[in-house]
Amino acid sequence: MLSIEDATVRFGERAVLDAVDLEVAEHEIVCVLGPSGSGKSTLLRAVAGLQALDSGRVLLAGADQAGVPVHRRGVGLMFQDHQLFPQRDVGGNVAFGPRMRGAGKAAQAERVRELLDLVGLPGAERRSVAALSGGEQQRVALARALAPRPRLLMLDEPLGQLDRGLRERLVVELRQLFGRLGTTVLAVTHDQGEAFALADRVVVMRDGRIAQSGTPVDVWSRPASEFVARFLGFDNVVAARVTGTLAQTVWGPVPVPDGSPQGDRVLLVRPGGVRIEGDGEAWTVESRTFRGDRVAVRLRPADGPALEADLPLREAPAEGARVAVEFRVEDVVVLEAAA
Amino acid sequence: MALPVAFFGVFFAWPVASIVERGLRPDGSWRFGRIGETLSRPDILDVLGFTVWQALASTALTLLLALPGAYVFARFDFPGKNVLRAVVTVPFVLPTVLVGTAFLAVVGRGGLTDELWGLRLDTSVWAILLAHVFFNYAVVVRTVGGLWSQLDPRQEEAARVLGASRWTAWRTVTLPALVPAVSAAALMVFLFTFTSFGVVQILGGDAYSTLEAEIYRQTARLLDLPTAAVLTLVQFVAVGAILGVHAWTVRRRETALRLVAPERTARRPRGAGQWALLAGVLLSVALLILLPLGVLVERSFAGPGGYGLGYYRALGSLDESGTFLVPPLEAIGNSLRYAVAATAIAVVIGGLAAAALTRRAGRLVRGFDALLMLPLGVSAVTVGFGFLITLDEPPFDLRASWILVPLAQALVGVPFVVRTMLPVLRAVDERLREAAAVLGASPWRAWREVDLPMVRRALLIAAGFAFAVSLGEFGATVFIARPDSPTLPVAVARLLGRPGELNYGQAMALSTILMVVCAVSLLLLERLRTDRTSGEF
Repeated sequence: MLSIEDATVRFGERAVLDAVDLEVAEHEIVCVLGPSGSGKSTLLRAVAGLQALDSGRVLLAGADQAGVPVHRRGVGLMFQDHQLFPQRDVGGNVAFGPRMRGAGKAAQAERVRELLDLVGLPGAERRSVAALSGGEQQRVALARALAPRPRLLMLDEPLGQLDRGLRERLVVELRQLFGRLGTTVLAVTHDQGEAFALADRVVVMRDGRIAQSGTPVDVWSRPASEFVARFLGFDNVVAARVTGTLAQTVWGPVPVPDGSPQGDRVLLVRPGGVRIEGDGEAWTVESRTFRGDRVAVRLRPADGPALEADLPLREAPAEGARVAVEFRVEDVVVLEAAA
Repeated sequence: MALPVAFFGVFFAWPVASIVERGLRPDGSWRFGRIGETLSRPDILDVLGFTVWQALASTALTLLLALPGAYVFARFDFPGKNVLRAVVTVPFVLPTVLVGTAFLAVVGRGGLTDELWGLRLDTSVWAILLAHVFFNYAVVVRTVGGLWSQLDPRQEEAARVLGASRWTAWRTVTLPALVPAVSAAALMVFLFTFTSFGVVQILGGDAYSTLEAEIYRQTARLLDLPTAAVLTLVQFVAVGAILGVHAWTVRRRETALRLVAPERTARRPRGAGQWALLAGVLLSVALLILLPLGVLVERSFAGPGGYGLGYYRALGSLDESGTFLVPPLEAIGNSLRYAVAATAIAVVIGGLAAAALTRRAGRLVRGFDALLMLPLGVSAVTVGFGFLITLDEPPFDLRASWILVPLAQALVGVPFVVRTMLPVLRAVDERLREAAAVLGASPWRAWREVDLPMVRRALLIAAGFAFAVSLGEFGATVFIARPDSPTLPVAVARLLGRPGELNYGQAMALSTILMVVCAVSLLLLERLRTDRTSGEF
């Protein structure tokens, strides 16, 4: 459906998009994940034609989009803060796309009704957009983007401004909706939870380049680099020398899976893979953070970075206790050397 | 961008430059020594001193009287507030000549206070100062009160919780937020009073003269062009400096403040002190604004033989004195015709300039922004006279053409149009246009669907301002309006310049008509305006 080939955009000296290649297949939901400034919004704007490429190509259904103006590309874009037209009511906003494509009055009204039903706001046609709550605005923006039946729907931080509970509910609704409609979706977000819940495939971006691409499970279980690991919220990262199935680190020897890359590497230990093995001298319990039935325990070694352990409540040692630690091999990942 | 620049070049820069050149280079060589000579003449020094002094005094008096008003409008909720807001705005768009006449009716010879207590102020500076307050009350209420009403009261509450007394909280939280708005308003008032012409012309007599009035006297009566040219330069520099400081304060005003909807900050007055404040403000508005206008209307009906329409009837016919070549009543038609043309020109030029200013940024554009404001302060008299001496030969032989008057009036109207349109145009989010484009709207369609609906209201408001400005323009029009087609303010000034009760009464009657015409346009304007989308005025 969508092919981005070697796309580069420079703002002055800085490359906001640096030779990006990306494919989105028909009916696929791809989510670009990255911190702010990683170029993900620019990627969407380039596909929509709102941002000219300095080099590279954007192809939609095989056709090069160079020279095709924004309004003829037939893509949908849901803006970060929705950008609903304030002087039009809900119906006027949703009908805008079909109207621009020359749909008749009756067809417009029919399409508006259909979409408002779809997004769960039946009968909201005459409401003013200023009177909508954040969640309702988001639904109207979605309806407006879907109304002209775009061949590709792009979402820029679709749930960014909503509160947590609403976000978690909507993301499930969105995935179901896109599945039902067979919509091809390219979304960008900085929220990993949102990306993992929504996407068939996650693309992690950093400084205008793609750092990793894969299914949510792939990316989560095998981050490709220290950057990706840290961006996903993993902080148990340490330099290591890998020999066979053992790595030497400042935390002591750590077992690594069979077939891990050898030599000077970076290790990621998931907090769930840290176990307390009775009293010891090497680690001091620095703090305990209560998280329901689990406790996040921060362990300070004699030397090197702190280690976070995710423990069941009754196994968590008291603050200030001195303990010994073991690592479970299935929660250890060998990453590329530090970037 | 090109059209506004050309417009200002031909109809503003050229005439002004010609005047200066004629004054300072009478025989082909520059005589800059004349600047020094002129500026050391005692009579000119007196004029300069008085101009600055009266502008400072007017500004101080306006702030003193209008700041409580700004507070009341910002923080109190009371019945009739919207009507009252409209009432205090009326004077700002009223013609200066009309205001002068109204104050003459109250404190002048045979005026209200003269009859009641034998008190006459028209020979004192007080009449001028009060008339200036009358005019600029709205500037302060709009600029300061507009911001004040949107300041979040919870900021002050936060200070109170942290241990500040009511006064300390106001002084440390609210006052600093207001200072830029107050100084911007004060500068505007200073600018308007510094260049005051119509009011001084009518109330000042021969005793008091501002720079602008002196320029008029030197050119029109004494035909002393060199002196007038020097004074024009002085005023030009002064106005430029004031505008520069104003632009600076406006930029500082753009610091991020927590703003909330005005409806949320206003409440009923509580306690005797607040009610007394409200009553005081209402009383000052009544005395200062309603009374002069009321007396003006009353005088227009009060003939020698009791109340009647005598003066109005007299306006319809020619008298023998030769003051007019046509019945004064024809001035209504002239004024309206000129105003429509001037509004059209101002809206086109101002709209284009505002659109250009929105699209581009940078120092050049900021400079153009300031340039557009110059006609507000540069001697209108100079512009009028400059028109006469530059636009009388090809390629712009317009002296005999009626379009000359609307052109000069549009020049004064353009800054208002730009000021009104600019904030609205700048507020249109680029991404709304992008949203329309992604949904399939071509650029032209996106402009029509997104920009136009948002700008339409501002455009109408701008047109209303341009219309009102044109109706009241006096300084330039008095020079270039032909004797057989005077505008309303020019006709009023001519009538006042003649002795006799009939002329005086006719001036009152014609002023009343002018006021009605202005009030009707302003009422239409007020219906269209919402405070949030309006510009600085």
